Amino acid sequence: MKKRIPLILIFVAGLLGVISFVIPHPSYQVYDEWMRNDLLRVLSAFAVVLALGSLLRVHFDKIRRKRRNWQYSWLLLVAFGGSAIIGLFGGVAADGILPTTVRSFSFDIQTLYENIVIPLASSMFALLAFFMASAAYRAFRVRSTEATLLLTAAFIVMIGVLPLGYSISKHLPAFVQWILNVPNVAAQRGIVLGIALGVVATSLKIILGIERAWLGGGE
Amino acid sequence: MNISTDPWVWIASILSLAILSFLYKENPFFRAAEHIFLGVANGYLVTFYWHRILMPILFRPLFQQGDLLLIIPFIIGMLYLTRFIPRISWLVRIPIAIYMGYWTGVLIPATIQAKIIKQVQGTILTAPNFQSWNAGTMGIVWSVTVFIGVLCTLSYFYFSREHKGVIGVTSRVGIVFVMIGFGAAFGYTVMARISLLIGKLQYLLGDWLGIIR
Repeated sequence: MKKRIPLILIFVAGLLGVISFVIPHPSYQVYDEWMRNDLLRVLSAFAVVLALGSLLRVHFDKIRRKRRNWQYSWLLLVAFGGSAIIGLFGGVAADGILPTTVRSFSFDIQTLYENIVIPLASSMFALLAFFMASAAYRAFRVRSTEATLLLTAAFIVMIGVLPLGYSISKHLPAFVQWILNVPNVAAQRGIVLGIALGVVATSLKIILGIERAWLGGGE
Repeated sequence: MNISTDPWVWIASILSLAILSFLYKENPFFRAAEHIFLGVANGYLVTFYWHRILMPILFRPLFQQGDLLLIIPFIIGMLYLTRFIPRISWLVRIPIAIYMGYWTGVLIPATIQAKIIKQVQGTILTAPNFQSWNAGTMGIVWSVTVFIGVLCTLSYFYFSREHKGVIGVTSRVGIVFVMIGFGAAFGYTVMARISLLIGKLQYLLGDWLGIIR
């Protein structure tokens, strides 16, 4: 029962999902909209609660057992608790019961997002520029035909999209466009087709109950 | 020099420097900024889901307007929380089954239509495809190149037979296309990251320290 009921449910839900694509009748579309906009969105919100519960449990456990770098878990918990309280009670547009402005200093959730989350996320991605350059150097040292092709294409594309590319040769931007439109499209299309076939096969395996890893361990 | 007096600019700049300090090596400043980032990002996530989904779609219509149909998503959603009760934790599989099943079902025809049929339509050698290049007779050459490239790329990822003979030749051609494609994607990604870095430096040197305009 503990596995059979979920397997029956996933089969029925999967079938309903497939049918929604082939029945354009308005009454079915109303049901489909309810499924997508109400049921599934609410389920995704509850899934977030579960995910956050797991995150908090991991960090509380880390603090309790005094694992390596446990002090930083306090920072995460305080930052999470503070921003969640500000967001939940202060409202998204500073329209909640909690005041989020002291004189001219405002600390509503949108301000926190714009001044902490966005700069930190962009810094993390900016860091990757250095690591990608280092990866490119290592690939260049391999000196295989494939690595040379990859780096040559990358170099031409990088130079070609800059104004520098046009000053080197007026044909370079057009050549870059050709690389993007012809060999790049061929490779990407081949990969997309392969991925799509894999997605369809895996989806069918999940719906038909052949792939059961999502059930997790235990009974 | 015109240093910013906005406390938020100072906070964003100091935290950004803490993240960039990882270039030297992993250090306590980086780890602190990383944990603060995770905490605030998750706090924002909670706020977003509460104010944008749970309140307007579930709690307000259910408890204030009496839309009793919403009791179904409420009960199914609550089953997620049984994960924390070992005796009945298997019930968490019910919302997962409904959510995953429905989206998986929706994904099958959508993928077949958008990622298989449309891609094949764009690859096969037809007069409209030749004309779509706006390159005259060269359009035929580019279409044939893409056609051969797609077939060769697919043959490179076909592992059910040993890459010998015809498949050996086509897979060798396929890897050439794949490497050029990866190179183009790599070049574009590096440029995107560099532009982020430039934006970050402009923020630190301009908005924060006021050294540049």
